[in-house]
Amino acid sequence: MRYLPLTDADRQQMLSVIGATSIDELFVDVPKGALLKDLVDLPRAQGEIEVHRHMQRLAEKNTPAGRTAFFLGAGAYRHHVPASVDHLIQRSEFLTAYTPYQPEIAQGTLQALYEFQSQVATLLNMEVSNASMYDGSTACAEAAMMAARVTKRKKIVFSGGVHPHYIDTARTACEALGLEIVALPAAIDDEAAVVGELGADVAAVIVQSPNLFGTITDLTKIREAAHGAGALMVATFTECTAFGLIEPGGAYGADIVCGEGQSIGNALNFGGPYVGLFTVKEKYLRQMPGRVAGETLDADGKRGFVLTLSTREQHIRREKATSNICTNSGLCQLAWTIHMTLLGEKGLRQLAALNHEKATQLAYALGAAPGVEVLTTRFYNEIAVRLPKPAQGVVDSLVAKGVIAGVAMSRLDPKAGMDDVLITCATEMNTHDDIATYADALKKVLAQ
Amino acid sequence: MSYETTSGNKGLQQAESLIFESGHATGTGVDLPEPKGGKYEKLGGLGRKAALDLPGFSEPETLRHFVRLSQKNYAIDLGLFPLGSCTMKHNPRLNERAARFEGFADLHPLQPTSTIQGALELMDELAHWLMELTGMPAVALSPKAGAHGEFCGMLAIKAALEARGEAETRKRVLVPESAHGTNPATAVAAGFIVDEIPARDDGRVHLDDVVAKLGPDVAGIMMTNPNTCGLFEPEIKRIADAIHEAGGYFYCDGANYNAIVGKVRPGDLGVDAMHINLHKTFSTPHGGGGPGAGPTVLSAALAPFAPVPHIVKRGEVRELREQSDGTKAFGRMCAFHGQMGMFTRALTYMMSHGSDGLRQVAEDAVLNANYLLARLKPHFNAPFGERPCMHEVLLDDSSIKPKGVETIDMAKALLDEGYHPFTTYFPLVVHGAMLIEPTETEPKRELDRFADVMIALAERVNAGEVEFFKQAPRLAPMRRLDDTRAARSPKLRWKPEANNAAKQAAE
Repeated sequence: MRYLPLTDADRQQMLSVIGATSIDELFVDVPKGALLKDLVDLPRAQGEIEVHRHMQRLAEKNTPAGRTAFFLGAGAYRHHVPASVDHLIQRSEFLTAYTPYQPEIAQGTLQALYEFQSQVATLLNMEVSNASMYDGSTACAEAAMMAARVTKRKKIVFSGGVHPHYIDTARTACEALGLEIVALPAAIDDEAAVVGELGADVAAVIVQSPNLFGTITDLTKIREAAHGAGALMVATFTECTAFGLIEPGGAYGADIVCGEGQSIGNALNFGGPYVGLFTVKEKYLRQMPGRVAGETLDADGKRGFVLTLSTREQHIRREKATSNICTNSGLCQLAWTIHMTLLGEKGLRQLAALNHEKATQLAYALGAAPGVEVLTTRFYNEIAVRLPKPAQGVVDSLVAKGVIAGVAMSRLDPKAGMDDVLITCATEMNTHDDIATYADALKKVLAQ
Repeated sequence: MSYETTSGNKGLQQAESLIFESGHATGTGVDLPEPKGGKYEKLGGLGRKAALDLPGFSEPETLRHFVRLSQKNYAIDLGLFPLGSCTMKHNPRLNERAARFEGFADLHPLQPTSTIQGALELMDELAHWLMELTGMPAVALSPKAGAHGEFCGMLAIKAALEARGEAETRKRVLVPESAHGTNPATAVAAGFIVDEIPARDDGRVHLDDVVAKLGPDVAGIMMTNPNTCGLFEPEIKRIADAIHEAGGYFYCDGANYNAIVGKVRPGDLGVDAMHINLHKTFSTPHGGGGPGAGPTVLSAALAPFAPVPHIVKRGEVRELREQSDGTKAFGRMCAFHGQMGMFTRALTYMMSHGSDGLRQVAEDAVLNANYLLARLKPHFNAPFGERPCMHEVLLDDSSIKPKGVETIDMAKALLDEGYHPFTTYFPLVVHGAMLIEPTETEPKRELDRFADVMIALAERVNAGEVEFFKQAPRLAPMRRLDDTRAARSPKLRWKPEANNAAKQAAE
């Protein structure tokens, strides 16, 4: 067993130093009968060749996005990640470090966290960022709970443009605390409906822009109405590259801006690990969940970084903590920071412009197919289209033609009554040929 | 001897400013195709107006920046990382390779199920391994970290109580004082009230203390086993029986499962729910603090309430059930299916060890810890050192503090010796705790060197060299950092105003 360095001779020698005759003497506190006599019923150890072959075989049963004409977004996006990002995060000193509990020998991790917090807050026009969350959906759930803590109110209103999985995740967390979730019906654009829900019992309205259907929204009216009613406005998102081209929630005065950071630096990874971004106005700092790095000085007066504000956290406050979270998405956050550093303002703007350009082409190409209606009029890189047939069947048929067309709304929310709606997305990874292939294949499938 | 260089560098150790201080507005390390520069007609006039003020670097500058930062980090690939209760063991690179196969990394969570059969098979395989190892009939894979797994387990308990019509009456959850701080925080997040079981002098939870707290309002207990003092709870089975008899459920915090994997099945102890930190027991890399993964195994009583998604097998084809409609699923833990990238690494690690190797993992982890205990006991106070420990050794500062040296000073002196220190001041039930976890991937030679250093430091304490400890670290990339300052006036990001003010002050 190549990962286990002790030899049998070591083990014997160590047992004699301990004063034990067998290893099971060290398990003496385990109740009689609970100590297994036999090995569990699983395969024995395998060498690197066999394990590699097995994992390869499983991987080959999948169709990776890059082997198709790929147009699926809805919460996870396929972008180019420069080769140096993965190279850097695989450096031993980043990859195999633990939480920076000893800051004097963890400045690499801590400075990268501080840079991440600075970049995220800058990108989202917000005052303060934490050191990342599990993903966008759990970040959004934490935002809902935080809003309830801040306002001491119990009702959370979700726009019908928020990703249904985000609403479900928040519902799980909020209902456990006795909070009430009001989820408006799925809608391409429901600004007026959100404003109409505001009242003295509302802790927060949660809106997404770009939303599930790709719609981008001027959040000014919703923010004015929310603040007028004493509620917070939470702006969430699933596609963070959008803010290279459009105004983020912070620019509209949102109190919490949070969402998914996967688009920068991180592969699709079948849904995780991802990196949740979470930012707040400074006045809510001590209600913010999650880890945070801060600047300080060392004994020689030199600038350095530490994990700070831990008095909000579970290991100090236990049952009074702001949340039970005791981790961040370390490596994914590092990948985000490295990729964002490579992009810079120039690169991010260029990337965002390319995405919008490709999506605009996609919208024209699909809209030209008979019976297809593009529903999203203001968008970044994602749109919803209405098909003359149930969308799930069309998606399934297009697989055979080498196209992964998007996600049927019926899969995300079967009760929305939008079975003919398809959510589709284009990024800088899509070529003109991909778009042409998609449009042709769609026409053929619809004609069948 | 101290010598200040002009640059602030120390030989190969380079001082590194922030990206925001050294990057440039037009700097970029990517070559993307030029956009056509259209009118962005579909933005509806909502385009970003002001500059973003995000600095960029060319590719070589980016490489240098992050490589320089990396050199200021300690890591398991550099040496022993004996963080008790957290754990950092060898991270095999085969795991990394497998996770990066195109067929896993370049896979979207919402692809049609016909195109993700291998991914679903992998999740099923991982589930099978976790269920066989723990002796539990079900597992929820989606929790994204240990504490998220605790949350999943407690919500399953809540859902089961609801199904029995007792959710409103059973609100109290018993949590030993020695538990991880996440346990009480999680119980509260799940809508329960925490009732603490005080610690006893022997660091264990006693049946009598549990029984005294039982009643018709108890939802269950959250216990950590092996516990945070590094001890196996000898009465665990009887405690589980008592909880069940009183109508409650038994949540076991599985953070320390690495101590018993392949040796003891939590299912045999009467556990109803337990999360497994994949990074800890199955070595997925922790990357400076995350990501984690916290699959939660569930008993037959709780299995029906497992959150979506569920994998459903029809013949040879696997499908995903993504809505809880028509099932007892309590809801959804996160947007997609959990930490697939961690599943790949964990399964690779499990298969590399197999049933025989995983058993050896637990045995070597426990052997290594007891060996350190045997070597250090004569030189430090080991509060529960009369009996064998499990995977971690608990010492305290009672033998050094009277001489003026505290746990934190001992930790900082270790930095100068080239070691990452133990976990400091945890568990809270022991004053000045030093919790050491060597793990199974440390060779005997390394344990001996570490023990030698610890013993030499103890001798320096005895020799009265207090100032030596108070000045540590002297040789780390930084001297002791001021936590209080950071917390009192939080500075959590670079700000352009502050920078301009500093510039003006300099002028």
